[in-house]
Amino acid sequence: MSGSDFTFEIDGVEITARSGQTIMEAADEAGVYIPRLCDHEGLRHQGSCRVCTVKAGGRSVAACTQPAAPGLKVENETPHITKLRRDLVEMLFHEGNHLCPICEASGNCELQAMAYRLDMTGPTRFPYLEPSRGVDASHPDIALDTNRCISCGRCIRASQDVDHKGVFGYVGRGIHRRLAVNGSDLAHTDAAITDDAISKDVCPVGCIIRKGVGFTTPIGEREFDKGLIGHEIEGKRDE
Amino acid sequence: MDEGLPACEVPLVSDAEIMAVCEGYGNDPHRMLDILRDLQDRFRCISPQILTVVAKQTGSTRVAVEGVATFYSFLSLTPKGRVTIRLCDDIVDRFSGLAEVTEAFETELGIKLGHTSRDGAFSLDYTPCIGLCDQAPAAMINDIVVTNLTVEKVRGIMAALKSGKSPEALISERFGELKPHERATRMVDNNIRHAGPVLLGPVPEDAGLRKALDLAPADIVDAVEASGLRGCGGAGFVTGRKWRFAAQEPAERRFIFCNADEGEPGTFKDRVLLTERPHLLIEGMTIAAKAVGAKEGVLYLRGEYVYLRELLQSVIEERRERGLLGPAILGVEGFDFDLRIQMGAGAYICGEEGALISSCEGLPGEPKTRPPFPVTKGYLGFPTVVNNVETFCNVARILDRGAEWFHALGAGGSHGTKLFSVSGDCLNPGVYELAYGMTMRDFLSLVGGEEAAAVQVGGPSGTMIARDSFHRRLSFDDLTTGGAITIFGPERNILEIVEYYISFFVHESCGYCTPCRVGNVFLQRAIGKFRKGLANPKDIEYLKDLSATIIETSRCGLGTTSPRPILETMENFPLVYSALAKPSKDRIRATFDIQAAIDDARKLAKRRSYIFDRDFGQ
Repeated sequence: MSGSDFTFEIDGVEITARSGQTIMEAADEAGVYIPRLCDHEGLRHQGSCRVCTVKAGGRSVAACTQPAAPGLKVENETPHITKLRRDLVEMLFHEGNHLCPICEASGNCELQAMAYRLDMTGPTRFPYLEPSRGVDASHPDIALDTNRCISCGRCIRASQDVDHKGVFGYVGRGIHRRLAVNGSDLAHTDAAITDDAISKDVCPVGCIIRKGVGFTTPIGEREFDKGLIGHEIEGKRDE
Repeated sequence: MDEGLPACEVPLVSDAEIMAVCEGYGNDPHRMLDILRDLQDRFRCISPQILTVVAKQTGSTRVAVEGVATFYSFLSLTPKGRVTIRLCDDIVDRFSGLAEVTEAFETELGIKLGHTSRDGAFSLDYTPCIGLCDQAPAAMINDIVVTNLTVEKVRGIMAALKSGKSPEALISERFGELKPHERATRMVDNNIRHAGPVLLGPVPEDAGLRKALDLAPADIVDAVEASGLRGCGGAGFVTGRKWRFAAQEPAERRFIFCNADEGEPGTFKDRVLLTERPHLLIEGMTIAAKAVGAKEGVLYLRGEYVYLRELLQSVIEERRERGLLGPAILGVEGFDFDLRIQMGAGAYICGEEGALISSCEGLPGEPKTRPPFPVTKGYLGFPTVVNNVETFCNVARILDRGAEWFHALGAGGSHGTKLFSVSGDCLNPGVYELAYGMTMRDFLSLVGGEEAAAVQVGGPSGTMIARDSFHRRLSFDDLTTGGAITIFGPERNILEIVEYYISFFVHESCGYCTPCRVGNVFLQRAIGKFRKGLANPKDIEYLKDLSATIIETSRCGLGTTSPRPILETMENFPLVYSALAKPSKDRIRATFDIQAAIDDARKLAKRRSYIFDRDFGQ
């Protein structure tokens, strides 16, 4: 611990943090996993999916944007917060069309993996909104099915901040807010298969599709067939 | 009837014309909302060509420009009519004959609501509360407003417009010769029913500002803090403390923003201050500038109040000429402050201070992540004080009459007076300036609303109380309110009101965070079940449970209050819900419509069902 370091608690576990770190950044380093969907390593924090909601000092905050503070007591995986997170994940499932058995992202999908982690195993109470937006397959290497988009904005930030392109953006307001591309369709943008925004880890679901590689890794050998989402971060703690 | 489809054609524009508009705003991407508003007014839509040219001129991406153009209700990607009629769709308007007025417009125009006539002459739309509930039904016609609409009045308006008269000519044949203040008051009645000692009574010119000249900035902050003044927009944050934070933050620039985006349905008191006390408002902003060391300001005026823009602009110019704005105010070297008007474009969320700042930066009106708070990192990253119109007006009076005078007015922890916007089922709707602490019962007898069965205090994000709570007092300690008091008589359907309010929040959610974007839609659907008589007892628990998640996980005040119309009415009007929730029969969900469910399959298969198509089977 250096001079500016301090400690705080997540679910009773003491965490060391540096000044300026968010709760999630400090937790990640300490090997404590806080569930999240819109946050992604290497991209700026957005705080929009709210799956990382924690109780800090009794208040609900997004762990990805809330600064850690000395002595703060944070509740993370309590039954109450897990229930809130399950509600949020169910909302995302119902907002779009997420039919796992016919989606090529199945097994690599963070939304699906999060549902398993949060014990979303039965039918839900929410109505389905069933969007029917056209699939944009205009680009030779990439297709876009925004009916599966969860508005995490990871591709938007990756394209802006890593690729310095700005291929993606949000348009519309409220429930009509959706992902759009910087042109009449994807073929009329400067999107390339080599973009960070298109790389396999940026889109957490099956919205951005890299053509021709969908089933090279068979079901059963995919990312989340190996373990629950978050196991890599939690693995750090056991080391 | 002409359905108005297909939409009329996108007007042909040269790139040079679009570029000229952008250049008028210095090609500054922070002025994106002004640029797009200007282009919308000129060319009636933000066409794909406009998106591309604006992006190029301002150094933005096309999708970023599209993001702004699709966020605000008053901007449109498809062509609007040369005359755009926006009917105010507030619950009070609905209870005042909006349906008949809408039908009259549809008949006269030959188009349905939401459409544009094929010749591009007229559009007819609904828009949420435009701040005229005390003279409902009301409508915007381009940049003017018309009030107290009746079927007769609509026929007169349409006859004039169809004969080629301008919307302005509806107000006066010699509109061009009228002074801005007269134009505003010809369109809209102030309906000031009770003037109090602070704001609506006689107010000496710039007395507060002159006294502030002799004070050190810290002394001004002290005086405002000592007065007990709290933000009058609804949240009630201590004004002096807000200023102190902004003044303490080391920065090269600081900003004073006035939030004149009052969009809470049923609120219109700022409209009256903007009309009758614009000098007092800018005086208050100027005092704030001295207190926190700001040289620049913005008056964010909601798009619905565009009819007041000219009046406010003329007041700003007059104050510049009189040395009350600009460099060396009243001859004091180093006391520089000036401001501009930022027009909104139809987005309730921009009343949230972070969203208001985003909007001024040329972005979609999305709230900002907190912390940092605007007082430390606001507009363009500089410390920014955002206060409500009424708050700034109070400041000018506090500096004139002293903190003690203001502190002594009111009750408990609520000091000064409050402006109330009163509408709905009462004899005297309008604006009342009253001391804090009055009981609802006394308040209702003052406004002629003794028959009330329910009162919505503070708009949909406030609380709805029943008769058994009319002993409660209007103050920060009990019934807090940004000023809206909407009165509902015994004949009103509580669930109809609730459904309106929740639909309002669905329409106005920015969509940034999951719970508010999606959760509110689910609430709206569930209330729809109750309205149709299809709810079962479990739905009451479902509503409570879903509301709790939305409140606990939403990112800004919109989501943390949007379920309140439901929760408050469940608490205070429980019978309304339990009477409509019936257990399902035969274990079949009442909402399940077998005919609708099989209809697609029936059409695809081009076959009918022996089981479900009774006439066919028999």
